[in-house]
Amino acid sequence: MEGKSGKGVGASLLRKEDERHLRGRGEFVGDIQRPGMLEAAFVRSPVAHARIKGIEKPAGFEDRVFTMDDLADVKAIRAVTAIKGFKPSDMWPLARGKVRHVGEPIAVCVAATRAEAEDIAAQVYVDFEELPAVVDMVEARTSPPSLVHEEWGDNVFLETLVDDDFTAVRARAPIKLRRHVRTARQSMAPMEGRGVLCEWNTRLGQLEMYSSAQMPHINRSGLSECLGLDQGAIRVIAPDVGGGFGYKGILLSEEICLAWLSRRLGRPVRWLEDRREQLVASTNCREHDYDITIYAERDGRLIGIDCDATVDSGAYSLYPFSACLEGAQVASILPGPYKMEHFRCHTWSACTNKPPILPYRGVARTGVCFALELMMDAVAREAGMEPYEVRLANLVLPSEMPYDNITKKHFDSGDYPEAVRKAVAAIDLPKWRARQKAGEADGRRIGVGLSVYCEQGAHGTSVYSGWGIPMVPGHEQCFARLSPDGVLELRIGAQSHGQSMETTFAQVANEILGVDPDKVRLIHGDTALTPYSTGTWGSRCAVMSGGAVATAAREIAQRVKKIAGKLMEVAVEDLVLEDGKVKVAGTDKQMTLAEVAHVWYRAPQRLPADVDPGGLEATVGYKPQRDTGTFSYACHAVVVAVDPEIGHTEILDYVIVEDGGTLINPMVVDGQIYGGTAQGIGTALYEEMNYDGEGQPLASTLADYMPPDRPKCPNRASST
Amino acid sequence: MKAAAFDYEKPADVAAAVKLLSGAQGMGKVIAGGQSLGPMLNLRLAQPQLLVDVRGIAEMCAVTETPEALTIGACVTHARIEDGKLPDATRGLLPAVAADIAYRAVRNRGTLGGSLAHADPAADWVNTLALLDAVAILQGPAGRRELKVTEFMHGPFATALAEDELLVAVRIARLSKAARWGYYKFCRKTGEFAEAIGAMLVDPERKVCRAVVGATTSVPHVVADARAIAERFMPDEALKAVEAAGLGDDPYERQMHFAALKRAAARMHGGGS
Ligand SMILES: Cc1cc2nc3c(=O)[nH]c(=O)nc-3n(C[C@H](O)[C@H](O)[C@H](O)COP(=O)(O)OP(=O)(O)OC[C@H]3O[C@@H](n4cnc5c(N)ncnc54)[C@H](O)[C@@H]3O)c2cc1C
Repeated sequence: MEGKSGKGVGASLLRKEDERHLRGRGEFVGDIQRPGMLEAAFVRSPVAHARIKGIEKPAGFEDRVFTMDDLADVKAIRAVTAIKGFKPSDMWPLARGKVRHVGEPIAVCVAATRAEAEDIAAQVYVDFEELPAVVDMVEARTSPPSLVHEEWGDNVFLETLVDDDFTAVRARAPIKLRRHVRTARQSMAPMEGRGVLCEWNTRLGQLEMYSSAQMPHINRSGLSECLGLDQGAIRVIAPDVGGGFGYKGILLSEEICLAWLSRRLGRPVRWLEDRREQLVASTNCREHDYDITIYAERDGRLIGIDCDATVDSGAYSLYPFSACLEGAQVASILPGPYKMEHFRCHTWSACTNKPPILPYRGVARTGVCFALELMMDAVAREAGMEPYEVRLANLVLPSEMPYDNITKKHFDSGDYPEAVRKAVAAIDLPKWRARQKAGEADGRRIGVGLSVYCEQGAHGTSVYSGWGIPMVPGHEQCFARLSPDGVLELRIGAQSHGQSMETTFAQVANEILGVDPDKVRLIHGDTALTPYSTGTWGSRCAVMSGGAVATAAREIAQRVKKIAGKLMEVAVEDLVLEDGKVKVAGTDKQMTLAEVAHVWYRAPQRLPADVDPGGLEATVGYKPQRDTGTFSYACHAVVVAVDPEIGHTEILDYVIVEDGGTLINPMVVDGQIYGGTAQGIGTALYEEMNYDGEGQPLASTLADYMPPDRPKCPNRASST
Repeated sequence: MKAAAFDYEKPADVAAAVKLLSGAQGMGKVIAGGQSLGPMLNLRLAQPQLLVDVRGIAEMCAVTETPEALTIGACVTHARIEDGKLPDATRGLLPAVAADIAYRAVRNRGTLGGSLAHADPAADWVNTLALLDAVAILQGPAGRRELKVTEFMHGPFATALAEDELLVAVRIARLSKAARWGYYKFCRKTGEFAEAIGAMLVDPERKVCRAVVGATTSVPHVVADARAIAERFMPDEALKAVEAAGLGDDPYERQMHFAALKRAAARMHGGGS
């Protein structure tokens, strides 16, 4: 499908965003300058767990150094959930009484330059009484060396249980396999770190905050709660944002500090996170531990899964996603795309003296998929089957769609087995099996890997309301205006930071209104200019914001037709929108969108008296008919050569078969898939945020923390 | 993080640079390509009061040649070596090693002398120059002195350089036509420092047969008579060298360095690639 104009839904249109990005003309927080702006540097904890006995400001700099005592009117960040038994944590923007992870901010220092602010920070003296650090997530809950939040009595944010009775299964299952699987703690490492610039606008009585953020409206709500300002007194602008992946879906301590400082000092203040802060001080992700048992029939059909899963949630519950999201996801998505009769999952969201975690691209999915697919391979070995055969024996079939799985996930559509068959064919499994048998001349061993998953996007109210975190998504709005010159302006509350929404939503508008994508301007990421939104996360924007854009475009189309119908004296039903024009079907009578808009705004005398005064501007909302989310699915197949002498791995071939439904822009979708695959390669082979027994991070620069680079990724992947 | 404040000078000759360093009384630091020092300044691991930029010193950028040897100025960049801009006195060894250091952006700035003076045990030149038994030429207030690079490096990030001394150049004996070499380094990712290096050189005309166990926890371990590893690869002898390099206890280190030697030998016999 390529739409009528070749520029609509289905066209691989080049990205509108690239014009500025390829020429270095984007504007990130680091590019913004304000007269009189101060730069901030944070004094951060060098230890993982300690009581603060005292903080001494350097002499002569008392008015440049601020601690939590100075911010006495500011409230702690509290991300609670409605789930029974959840223990909330108070995360003070600057440490109060205790530090709970290396890098936790203790004081903020301001100066004309960052270097000078760091000079001051180096002289701040903090007296610590060190406490034993809680480093290992399983030990944290079973034999804790100390308590991260003493008032809790243990180190568990939340324990959940999806129960089932396995007594009979245990007795009869011919295949029973138990494994212990761990995934590494990672750091999402977007190209641009975080950055915040705050300025108090005295004319508007409003805080203006630029932040490299994924969900500016949520940041505004959170700031309002912590600072005691009404939401109208805060404007959050997320300018160009250099990658998010979940890392920027958070209300930051630094945002609160800078907001407070800019008002107190009457000057703009900026903080730019550097790579060291990004790696050691901020947030990590994805550290899971699975004690998992799988039961299957001799022919590879699954009977059930029984799993104890622990998630290392770090020291605090972050706003808005909270410390329970990852663990809750594990319990609800562990069964993957497979059918089974029994499922039991006990989860613990453990609290440790490590930075808190955020949901990284594919919230919990990566760890869950890894654990489950390893088990599927184990079943295949035990049953003497090809790994793909075991998958085919268990995947939900197209004839069973839509399908409610064992955890009540509603799989909407798809042909999961076909994805596997295509991937196996494309990678040419027989060829590699033969080569494996023959052996390699250089002594390397060939391995073929297979992984299948389905992935929920656009989670709606019913999915999130049960968790009751500070942000429950529901609907999404779009403001649309056909300007007097025929340019369509769209405003959405989400933020586009690599998702290419400026291009893809222009294509959606083109599909409906016929307006050229070049004549569509998307405004996003600014709370003063856009409708409220929960922001960009959880694979939701194409569906939710895209749905809002489509609904708004339809509304504008109706209004254009009404006006044009009056002007051309024809019935609305006879009009079609095409190539930026309103055409009378079957005739050569037509008006451009610009002509219609011009009359509406600038020459209303040409309109009859009974014209609808609604005009060519509208804010409309979108809510999917079912809010259980979309389910896309994919099968990845890879061939690697492993050098047994040195453990080196080389990727020889990589195949991705993914069904993303209707693709708005296939090139953009491919880009998203390649990027995700590179991140997966990093997860599997390179990235690890390690801590020593004292809770000290062992990777504090990109010399130690290794995201995969260009030479480590396959040159081409075949994507279908 | 940003560097602490420092002064900056760019002298035109070696004597002036030495004088500046002497005047700084231990608070001065030489900067060449800045590829190692830059991050250390930014992380505030180094906080010198004065930076003496030596890249404007013609002698330190020069390359001179005699029938016996090649003398390479300390400020010659990895990129110049990679691009074959120097006379080939090592039968292709230097350009091959240079091409595999980090990324081109780092090679454009990073220098041979900077790498040697930085004395990271995992650095390529540290190990290659030890293999070649090269000579370091130093100059301080008391004048010039020469040291074998194996004596120049004292330990990890520690050298014979006095606070007011410069590494001016490195002299390498010319290899004969019959010389062959093998070099193997293992790192998981481009630009990552090596986890293990194995290097070998056989030059029968000059009666040289050396091997290096590189990327150790300290100085490169040189096997001066490496016939049992280089001419014919004997696993037991290779393991002995790894143990002598202090890498015998950790099974991973032991295996990686053993494999690096084995592969360096294989490369050498495969035609010196
Ligand atoms: C991303 C990255 C990847 C890298 N990968 C590799 C790699 O794979 N292999 C490898 O070998 N290296 C690697 N390096 C290091 C690189 O080769 C550096 O260039 C080299 O280590 C230092 O050279 P420089 O000229 O930049 O020295 P500088 O950084 O300027 O100086 C380094 C040190 O040497 C001192 N110094 C410099 N010149 C002199 C002199 N003439 N006399 C006395 N003291 C001097 C300085 O005072 C300082 O202490 C990498 C560097 C980076 C940034």
